[in-house]
Amino acid sequence: MPKPIAAVNDFVVKFANVNGSGSASANQLFAKAILRMGVPVASRNIFPSNIQGLPTWFEVRISEAGHLGRRGGVDLMVAMNPQTWDQDVKSVEPGGYLFYDSTKPMPLARFRDDIQIIGMPLTEICNRQYTDARQRQLFKNIIYIGALSALLDMDMAAIETLIGEQFKGKDKLIQPNLQALHMGRDYALAHLSCPLGISVRRSDAVGDRIYLEGNSAAALGALYGGATVCAWYPITPSSSLAEAFARHCRRYRVDAATGRNRFAIIQAEDELASIGMVIGAAWNGARAFTATSGPGISLMQEFLGLAYFAEIPAVIFDVQRGGPSTGMPTRTQQADILSCAYASHGDTKHVLLFPEDPRECFEMGALAFDLADRLQTPIFVMLDLDIGMNEWLCEPLRWDEARRMDRGKVMTAADLEAGKEFGRYLDVDGDGIPYRTYPGTHPARGAFFTRGTTKNRHARYSEEGADYVDNMQRLLKKFDTAKTLVPKPVARPAKQPTGHGVLYFGSTTPAMHEALDALEAQGIHLDGLRLRGFPFGQEVLDFVASHEQVFVVEQNRDAQLRTLLLSEAGFDAAKLTPVLHYDGTPITERFISHAIAERLRALNVTPLRKTI
Amino acid sequence: MTYIAKPKLHHPKLPTNKLGFTHRDYEGAVSTLCAGCGHDSISAAIVQACFELDLPPHRIAKLSGIGCSSKTPTYFLGASHGFNSVHGRMPSVLTGANLANRDLIYLGVSGDGDSASIGLGQFAHSIRRGVNMVYIVENNGVYGLTKGQFSATADKGSKNKRGVMNTDSSIDMVSMALQFGASFVARSFSGDKDQLVPLLKAAIAHDGAAFLDVISPCVAFNNHLGSTKSFDFVREHNEAVNRLDFITTREPIRVDYQPGTVEVVTQHDGSVLRLRKVAADYDVHNRIAAMNYLQERGAAGEVVTGLLYLDAEAHDLHGYLNTVEKPFNELGEAELIPGSESLERFNQSLR
Repeated sequence: MPKPIAAVNDFVVKFANVNGSGSASANQLFAKAILRMGVPVASRNIFPSNIQGLPTWFEVRISEAGHLGRRGGVDLMVAMNPQTWDQDVKSVEPGGYLFYDSTKPMPLARFRDDIQIIGMPLTEICNRQYTDARQRQLFKNIIYIGALSALLDMDMAAIETLIGEQFKGKDKLIQPNLQALHMGRDYALAHLSCPLGISVRRSDAVGDRIYLEGNSAAALGALYGGATVCAWYPITPSSSLAEAFARHCRRYRVDAATGRNRFAIIQAEDELASIGMVIGAAWNGARAFTATSGPGISLMQEFLGLAYFAEIPAVIFDVQRGGPSTGMPTRTQQADILSCAYASHGDTKHVLLFPEDPRECFEMGALAFDLADRLQTPIFVMLDLDIGMNEWLCEPLRWDEARRMDRGKVMTAADLEAGKEFGRYLDVDGDGIPYRTYPGTHPARGAFFTRGTTKNRHARYSEEGADYVDNMQRLLKKFDTAKTLVPKPVARPAKQPTGHGVLYFGSTTPAMHEALDALEAQGIHLDGLRLRGFPFGQEVLDFVASHEQVFVVEQNRDAQLRTLLLSEAGFDAAKLTPVLHYDGTPITERFISHAIAERLRALNVTPLRKTI
Repeated sequence: MTYIAKPKLHHPKLPTNKLGFTHRDYEGAVSTLCAGCGHDSISAAIVQACFELDLPPHRIAKLSGIGCSSKTPTYFLGASHGFNSVHGRMPSVLTGANLANRDLIYLGVSGDGDSASIGLGQFAHSIRRGVNMVYIVENNGVYGLTKGQFSATADKGSKNKRGVMNTDSSIDMVSMALQFGASFVARSFSGDKDQLVPLLKAAIAHDGAAFLDVISPCVAFNNHLGSTKSFDFVREHNEAVNRLDFITTREPIRVDYQPGTVEVVTQHDGSVLRLRKVAADYDVHNRIAAMNYLQERGAAGEVVTGLLYLDAEAHDLHGYLNTVEKPFNELGEAELIPGSESLERFNQSLR
């Protein structure tokens, strides 16, 4: 029997529930209570593509050190779902804890002897206390939170305050919830050995950080970015982004005097129509976006080529999920990199942004509209389910009051009246970006025909090879300009000089940073570079050039970012080693540390002489 | 170079409209369609309608999909912005454009392949939403640019140029527009400018989704015996339910018709439609009756034309969305961005 795990403010709790049972809000209450105790948490909802009856898990990592990625492993399993009992029991770390509903006796064989078993007759307690079936179900969740508060030595006041906030306006629900909470706590204190070896202690490690979902943050970014038109089609995991935009708009975008809206949200008939509306609106000078996921990106391909070729701004929030096809709709991946970077037939390249957390979802969400207008092209903000649909602890959102929208190169009626030369696809500034006019600007000048066919610099239909090549070359020049405009990568240098580097992006970041610390503790030093945008700027080229071996960590099977690096920067393929995690769960610190350590070990092995 | 600009020179005594424009100011580039194409007549009707309505050409946006019909916006209103989008997707692009600036006039030009086949969904949903637009289908029952395949509006039993019979049921765009909730529905014939021009004018003045199905024979691939979209067939089977005079508010109304033969309807914008009834019992305000009438007459082999349905009190998408009067593309930071204090309150709610 291994020693019971002993840890303060550094362990992983996983709740195994049945979806639709009301567990989500109770589990969130647990996570938030720990935050209120000043201890950082990272929580992740692992849910099925289903409304009721299938397994769902909620993983809470408690980390005073502030590690917000997934660690891997479970220290305390709150096993509330008989369907997944065996796998849940199996996932507990040796010396860990299993909390379960002991109302019905379980055969010994279904337990493990290397973990601590804590049984509590939750159903029995509920049945004794409540007669209504729904109440029995809902309060069971609160009762186990009460029990956990005792087992983990949590601050009751924090939980009670949160319950008060949660039911504000529905005050008569407060008392019954508090009662259930105490019932659970009192039972645990009386019958169980409290606290366990793992516990939570009040700290001051949260600071002014906020706890929110990336989808909500990205939607607020769009609002601050000046978006007025949102066209979307419901698809997991992006629907809550459009819904959050609607919520934010109702709060911030209703004209106080007239009660009328400074926004238009259209739930379109499909993703083709969504992106079509975005392109139409942006062509006509409004800031517009859509939110979607992989299947939607597939459907939008033709329109994305039009926006690239006709040079129309568009912002696409791609909340990536597991592909291909319907894939794993409720699981996370970073698997749309190539389908976005090269969206549509013919020679195309698109600008991508990679936010690391909700704060960057907000910032890049706003920035995307400036970039779209400046570059007159689609901009993809690449979230994933992990960032989009989970609440993350992150730095507060900030806005510079002096900031103005960059509407890019738009010729005004006054410019046209003054006789400025206008050619829709004329590169007057040498940066590959032409001027455009909004429809209706001037009675006699500046009108042009937008088309997906080849055209000359004055937007006139042309099938001349020279006109085509001239245009395609200018588009490449414009893409070079984009390199200087996308957010620069962020370096995380090793503590000592090293020939090993690692590239990573998006939701991988917190697990990656923790892995870098863990590897360093093993004496393995790597310089890190977090990519924030595509096309890749000089910093990325320099980083790869200055290391012998560079790992590329990503959450897909085919090393899509690595492929992009190879094709766009012409690196030696042998130099870029893929580290790939793609089972649909968020990547963990343990996975990354292990994979990199293993590969480095393999690289150090003297190769066997080839036998002839 | 496949683009031919039209010379701007014109006779000094060409009539001008109230804005001082001649009809030449509403023209576009030289058409590259086949000589005699029905679509060119529709372009000419659009030119005439806009000229007679005294519309500033630059305040019109013309959008289209892909196909012969979708090429035509190049051939009219050269001073307007145009958008030749992707196949079957004009309606979504137009919807987005309309949301961005409610002050322009939107002409959506499409064909039967573009709207009845690949774009049937977008056609349906743009009509459902009540987008304020004139949606024109230049309907010839055939794919012209790809050389003569049947389209979804080709009648069952009609023959293509090689004598092959169409065995698929046809889609009647007008019936669908009625079903989807268009608030202005008309059908006309490219060979009947006297009918088409007033319908276009009334549709432009209409505040809501106006749909116009214009039978427009394809001289290259669908003008033979056995086609139900040929000039001869349509002329023989054209049954107009009414004739329309379109009158703007600026003109005095003189009613000098027999009682019961004329109906006067005033639209939202004050424009007046004077309907001279041809089919005495046809009621343009009854959607269900219109649908029944179309089915009955269609089964009898007639091509029913005229103003088929009108809801003069219609609302448009902006009305449903309760959007501000000012076009979105003119809103600035003060109207769009809540600022740092609001953001701090937002942060505070997440701790």
